[in-house]
Amino acid sequence: MAVLKMQRISICALKKDRKAILEKLQSMGVLEVNHILEEDEDFHKMDTVGKKQGFEKAASSIDQSLDILERYAPEDKSMFAALEGKKLISSEEAVKVQEERRELLKTAKQIYDLDREHAERLASAAKLTNSIESLTPWLALDVPLKVMKTDRTVFFPGTMPGGTTAEKVYEILAEKAPEAESADVHIISQEQSTVYLAVICLREEAGAVEDALRSEGFARPSQSWEEAPAREKEILEQKIAACQDNISEIEEKIKALASERERLKIAADYYRVRADKYEVLGTLPQSERTFVISGYIPAAAADKTADYLMKKYDCMADVEEMQEDEEPPVILKNNPFSANMEGVVESYGLPVKGEIDPTTIMSFFYVFFFGMMLSDAAYGVIVSIVCGILVLKFPRMSAGMKKSLKLFFYCGLSTIVWGVLFGGYFGNIVDIVTGKFFGTTITPPALWFVPLNEPMKLLLYSLLFGVIHLFTGLAIKGYLCIRDGKIMDFFCDVVLWFMLLIGLILMLLPSDLFASIAQMEIVFPGWLDTLAKVLAIAGAAGIVLMSGRSNKNPALRIALGAYDLYNITGWLSDVLSYSRLLALGLATGVIASVINQMGSMLPNNVIGIIFFILIFIVGHSMNLAINLLGAYVHTNRLQFVEFFGKFYEGGGRPFHPFRENTKYAEIKEETLS
Amino acid sequence: MSELGIVYALLGAAVAVLLSGTGSAIGVGIAGQAASGVVTEDPSKFAKVLIIQLLPGTQGLYGLLIGFITLSKIGVLGGGLADLSVQTGLLILAACLPIGVVGLLSAIAQGKTAAAAIGIVAKKPDQFGKAMLFPAMVETYAILALLISFLAVSGIQV
Repeated sequence: MAVLKMQRISICALKKDRKAILEKLQSMGVLEVNHILEEDEDFHKMDTVGKKQGFEKAASSIDQSLDILERYAPEDKSMFAALEGKKLISSEEAVKVQEERRELLKTAKQIYDLDREHAERLASAAKLTNSIESLTPWLALDVPLKVMKTDRTVFFPGTMPGGTTAEKVYEILAEKAPEAESADVHIISQEQSTVYLAVICLREEAGAVEDALRSEGFARPSQSWEEAPAREKEILEQKIAACQDNISEIEEKIKALASERERLKIAADYYRVRADKYEVLGTLPQSERTFVISGYIPAAAADKTADYLMKKYDCMADVEEMQEDEEPPVILKNNPFSANMEGVVESYGLPVKGEIDPTTIMSFFYVFFFGMMLSDAAYGVIVSIVCGILVLKFPRMSAGMKKSLKLFFYCGLSTIVWGVLFGGYFGNIVDIVTGKFFGTTITPPALWFVPLNEPMKLLLYSLLFGVIHLFTGLAIKGYLCIRDGKIMDFFCDVVLWFMLLIGLILMLLPSDLFASIAQMEIVFPGWLDTLAKVLAIAGAAGIVLMSGRSNKNPALRIALGAYDLYNITGWLSDVLSYSRLLALGLATGVIASVINQMGSMLPNNVIGIIFFILIFIVGHSMNLAINLLGAYVHTNRLQFVEFFGKFYEGGGRPFHPFRENTKYAEIKEETLS
Repeated sequence: MSELGIVYALLGAAVAVLLSGTGSAIGVGIAGQAASGVVTEDPSKFAKVLIIQLLPGTQGLYGLLIGFITLSKIGVLGGGLADLSVQTGLLILAACLPIGVVGLLSAIAQGKTAAAAIGIVAKKPDQFGKAMLFPAMVETYAILALLISFLAVSGIQV
């Protein structure tokens, strides 16, 4: 249970070793770069923005090509791909890819270009298809679809509103262009809203005829064609076929490039790592021949790193303690069991300077409460087995994922224990199955008691666990006060509260109220009653007098103290909040029973049994899922609000080392040698 | 003895399931709208927003729990209706009220909070742990109501 101690390491080395040292530091990944040295006349920072962007661009263009590849030739991924983690590659493999990175970049470009060509071809195929569609109504026309002229006559095609007949056209012509008697109208085809027609008339009358028709909605086709529509259609279809061939050819080409996928990924990672390196390089103060790099390093790794660097290169590595006012980044270090709960602490906030890492203490309560809320042995077995198998089967999953799964594994174990204590196995499935199919109802005995039968008992125990949890929190606060030498704070904020609270609890236990809730009477000897009263009164008086001690004005001080005493309601609500341990446990059990009850209402034959199994599987999966969610959320809440509220604020900065931050593959670590 | 006792008791079970179920449906619906918006933009957040969307759904389960216990207490399940006086029937009805009413209102409020929490996940997916806590705060009161309803129903002698 600790926050890892941080030190500052400053390395001053020759420029000729710059690349080697930076790469070494990056592959070790133990240093968070943080410079204290300002620029001056001797030390300048190098401008690496252009280079860095170049590498970033290379990385993103390869990423893009990988996305394209994924579209054309999807990678075979299992359902659990997200759990598999990054691939591990040997350093020889990595070096080989690095040497070919330029070709790979070209391959990426090629994939990108092919994809663009593919899109263009698709677009032109779509355009051709549209043209065919616009030609379709004209297919009956056996001359080219355009305005044609002979010496004496004009031919022009066009459209009119739906429902127009040849007679109607002649009527229009007779009315609006009576002099044009030569016009000959052919209806080519008809649709709901459009009639396609062709008109032939004398050259000198053409203008009048078209004007007359136009006034009734005539329009020329938007496109003219050199050949007869049927012939044009053939030509277009040939073009589309050529396009399609082209498209599949491009697809084949891209698919053929899919074999490069793994190497492209490594190259993308390489560029990403280079970009990170150049970003750091840009922050380094450099003189003519030397450079300085400085940053935070875990104390455990500091001396080893410094020795190694000094042995191998001409450089000076200096390890020093943190300055008073520095706020170093935080790494948590815990025992193998509690380390799995670090993610929970992290999601609340890492400890700031001066706070302790609450993970270890919290981890035990966490697992304890989680199991109590889920409290069904069968569910616990399922959760533990599933998480255990996943962790074993995918050893390379990301560290965060692994921790979460292990967390649920331990919570599952705790659930099994609570399930056995409370006698919950898929709710009451044993009763139901034995009662329904074998005639005699067998109830698996609860090792402790059945919460449904004695809810008040479990409620009291829940509150008791709550009090223990809260008192632990307050005790940690006391420990922190003593550690920091604030004896006054320890006495006023911790000891007085303990006196008051313990006094109040001792006064409550022998009271009638408690007796009616617990259905048992506790009688204390007279001295204990007196002690309880003394403790409570002394504690309360102390709080009233001391809480406002930072204030000089005595009246204000008492007022603030009285206000602080009001916090007793906060304690009450905190303790009552633990009643959710009972409520959520009951919810799991009762809803599981509802599902079993539903199944048992079916007739006792083959179909009934099939449906019984179906209801059992679906119902219990849903109940498990929703109660798992509930147990997780509410366990977190008890830790974050009730427990952390007593002593912990958080807000520390996580440690972001300068390392090989890859996306796809990890290179096998070289050992320090 | 009166015929009405059992009617009141059944009404209690109905109220518990009906109100809290309605509340959960509304709450999950509100959160679902926000969740759909997020998934339109970024389908990879599906699992996270789904979990938050589910949070207001628990009130319905609590109502179901009380309803079920009431039904099995008054013998509607498994046959053999209990003989209830009007007073006992009304007692059971009153016992069912907390989870019904609090379930209804808290689920709606929790749905709104969940919708806002989904907004957190949309912008800062790494703050998922905190986002999940805000709706859970609202649920506390539903749990308290569940507890009282449960203790009351199981405490009433039939």
